Amino acid sequence: MTTQDYLQILLFFAVLVGLTPILGNFMFKVFTGKNHLMKPVFGWLEGLTYKFSGIDPEKETTWKSYTFDLLIFNFTGFVFVFLIQLFQSQLPLNPANLPNVSWHSALNTSVSFMTNTNWQGYSGETTLSYFVQMIGLTVQNFVSAATGIAVLLALIRGLARKTIDTIGNFWTDLTRSTLYILLPLSILFAIVLAGQGVVQNFKSYETFHTLEGATQVIPMGPAASQIAIKQLGTNGGGFFNANSAHPFENPTPFSNFLEMLAILLIPAALTFTYGKMVGSVRHGWTIFKAMLILLVLGLSISLYAEYSSNPIFGNLPLMEGKETRFGITNSVLWATSTSAASNGSVIAMHDSLSPLAGMVAMINIMLGEIIFGGVGAGLYGIIIFVILTVFIAGLMVGRTPEYLGKKIQKFEVQMAIIAVLAPNIVILLFAAWASVSSQGLSGLNNSGPHGLSEILYAYASAAGNNGSAFAGLNVNTVFYNLTLGIGMLIGRFGIILPVMAIAGSMARKKVTPSSTGTFHTDNWLFIGLLIAVIVIVGGLTHFPALSLGPVVEHLLMNKGITF
Amino acid sequence: MKTLFISLKIFLFFTILTGIIYPLIVTGIVQLAFPAKANGSLVIINNQIKGSELIGQKFDSLIYFTSRPSSVSYNPLPSGGSNLGLTSSKLKHSVDSLRCGFIGLNQLDSLSVVPAEMVFASASGLDPHISPQAAYLQVKRIVKARNLNPGQKSQLEKIINSSVQYPQYGLLGESCINVLSLNLELDRIFNTNSHLN
Repeated sequence: MTTQDYLQILLFFAVLVGLTPILGNFMFKVFTGKNHLMKPVFGWLEGLTYKFSGIDPEKETTWKSYTFDLLIFNFTGFVFVFLIQLFQSQLPLNPANLPNVSWHSALNTSVSFMTNTNWQGYSGETTLSYFVQMIGLTVQNFVSAATGIAVLLALIRGLARKTIDTIGNFWTDLTRSTLYILLPLSILFAIVLAGQGVVQNFKSYETFHTLEGATQVIPMGPAASQIAIKQLGTNGGGFFNANSAHPFENPTPFSNFLEMLAILLIPAALTFTYGKMVGSVRHGWTIFKAMLILLVLGLSISLYAEYSSNPIFGNLPLMEGKETRFGITNSVLWATSTSAASNGSVIAMHDSLSPLAGMVAMINIMLGEIIFGGVGAGLYGIIIFVILTVFIAGLMVGRTPEYLGKKIQKFEVQMAIIAVLAPNIVILLFAAWASVSSQGLSGLNNSGPHGLSEILYAYASAAGNNGSAFAGLNVNTVFYNLTLGIGMLIGRFGIILPVMAIAGSMARKKVTPSSTGTFHTDNWLFIGLLIAVIVIVGGLTHFPALSLGPVVEHLLMNKGITF
Repeated sequence: MKTLFISLKIFLFFTILTGIIYPLIVTGIVQLAFPAKANGSLVIINNQIKGSELIGQKFDSLIYFTSRPSSVSYNPLPSGGSNLGLTSSKLKHSVDSLRCGFIGLNQLDSLSVVPAEMVFASASGLDPHISPQAAYLQVKRIVKARNLNPGQKSQLEKIINSSVQYPQYGLLGESCINVLSLNLELDRIFNTNSHLN
C-alpha cells in the first residue's frame, strides 16, 4: 500500500465523520416537525401527498396499526413490481424488446426490492425493460429505504416517550423520509453522477462497429437516477449486471468516492439523529464509534489479506474481478462498506476476493447488518444488540437493566432474541440444505471450500437484506429464487415485527430518573461491551460454518492448493 | 379496507413522483447540462460511432494496444466478471496462459513482470483501462507491426505519456490509460486504416 492509498481511506472516513452531524441534525429537524431547509421546497408536496391519499397526518397510531399499515404498503409494492415483470413485453419503454420475466425470477426480484435487499438473480441489461427498472424498481429503492427509516422512527418514539400507547403515523414517516431526505439527495447526486459519465437517457441500445470492425451493442437507459437512490438508500441493486463496476454505472474514481460515501452516509448520520431524538447526542456518537471500530477492524483484515502474497499467484497484485481505475484499495474499502451497510452494490467481484477479504464481507453481513447497516435498519438492528448488552450488564451487576431510563424486561429481551435469531436461522438452515441438495449444488461456479462460501454468502446476503453475492453461483433457478426469497422476507420482517413490538412496549413504560447505580450507555466501557456482545453472538453462530468455507480455503491457498 | 385504499393511493402517488417525475427531471437537467456524458460518452468520428470512451473494446490486431482479459469478451450484454476464486485451478491456468500469451505477443523476456491487470479479468468485463506499464510493454511490438522509424517510436512514447490519466484530483483512483482513446490516437497520428487487421 502507498501513502496515496492511506490518504484515500483517511479522506473517506474524514468526510463521513464530518457529514454525520450535518445530515444527522437536518434529519432531526425533519423528523421532529421543526422548520428545515427542504420545507419551503417540498413542503407543498407533503401536503399534496396527504390530500391525494386521504391521510390525516395528525393522527397517531399504536404499534400494531403502524405495523399493519407498513405491511399493507409493502405488499402493495410487491404485487405491483411482480406483475409488471410478468407483463413487461406488453408494456412501454422496452426498446431492447426484452421478453416477460419468469414467475420465480419476478417473485424473487419483487421480494428483493421490497425488502431493501436488492439481491439480483437476473442481469439488468438483458432482463428488465426501462419501464420495470424505473417505474418498478426505482420506486422500491425509495420506499423500501423510507420503510426502514419509519421503523426506526417508531422505535425511537417508543424509547423517548413515556406511558403512552401511540408511536407515530407510518404514512407521515414514509412521506417525510422520501420527500425531504431521499428525494433531494438523489436529485443532486444523480446530476453529479451523470456529469461524471453515468448514462441517463431513454435511447435504444447503441449498436456500432468497434475499431477492429466487430459489432458491439452497448446498453443505455435512465441509470443515473436509479443509481443515486440505489447508493443512498442502501439498496444496491445495479442497473447493469456488473453493478458499480460497470463503467456506465461508476465511470470515474470521483464518482466512485461519492457512491462509496453514499453507501454509509444516511446510516451514519442517523446515529446522530437518534442521539438527538432520545436526548443524548453522546449516546448517538457512542453507537457511531462502536460501528466505526467494527468497520475499521474488518477493513484492516481485508486490506491485509488482499495485499498479502500467496504461493498460487506469488506477488502478483490480486486484480481478478477488479477494475483498473479503482485498484485494490478502493475495491476493498467498497467491499467492506457495502457489506457492512446492507447496501450490496459492488465494484469488485466478491467471489474473486481473497478468502479472508471475502470472509470479512460475509461476517459484516452475518453480524446482523448493524455496522451502520441499512438505512434505518442498521440502527434499529444495533439497538436490539444494545438492549441485549444492557440486559447482560444488568445480570452481571444484579440490577434491573435499564435503557434510556426505562426498564428492560422479559418481553423486550424475548423480542430481541427473536430478531437476532431470525436471520441467523435462515442462513444456517438454508445454506445447509443447499449444500447437500442437487438443486443447490448445481449452481456452483467454484469447487472446494470456495463453493461452500458461495452458498453461505448467498443466504447471508438474503437474510441480511444485503444483496451482494459471490456472483458465480447461478441463482436464477426455482430452488434459489424461492429459498432466497423466503430468506429475504424472514430477514426483513423477522426483525421489523419484534422491533415494532419493542417500540410499543417501551412506549407504555415509565421513566425512572437515573441514579448512581444506573449503567451508563455513553462511555467506552459500554462500547467495549456492545462490541463484545455483537462479536460473541455472531461468532458463536457462524464460526463453524465459516471455518469450513473461507478459513479452510485461506489455509489451503497458503499451501498452494487449487481445486 | 381503509388502509388498503390509502396504501394504493400513496403508492400510486410515489410511483408517479419517484418513478416517473424524478427520472424525467434528472434526464431533462443532465441532457441539457452534459448531453454527451448522459448519452454514453460516445466516440464519433466522421459521423460514425466508433465506441464509447467508457466501454472497453477487444483488440486482437498487432497494431493496437490490447485491452485487459474479459470474461465476457467485451460483449456488454450482459457485463460481468469470471467470479473465480483464488483457489480455482481454472483461474490459475488462465493466469499462466495469459501471462505466456502477453510475453509471446510482445516479444518480452520470459522473466518479465507482466502487470496484474493483463492476466486477471476485470469485474465488469468492460474495463476500458490498462496501467501505463502495460502500455509501455507493448511498444516494441506495435513499432514493429506498424513499421515505425525511431522518430515515430519516440512520438508513440510521447502519445502514451500524454494519455496517462493520473489519480483524479491528485488523489482518487489509480493511474491508467484508456485503451480505445490511445488506439484512436495512434490511428490519427500514423494515418492507419482502421480496418487493417
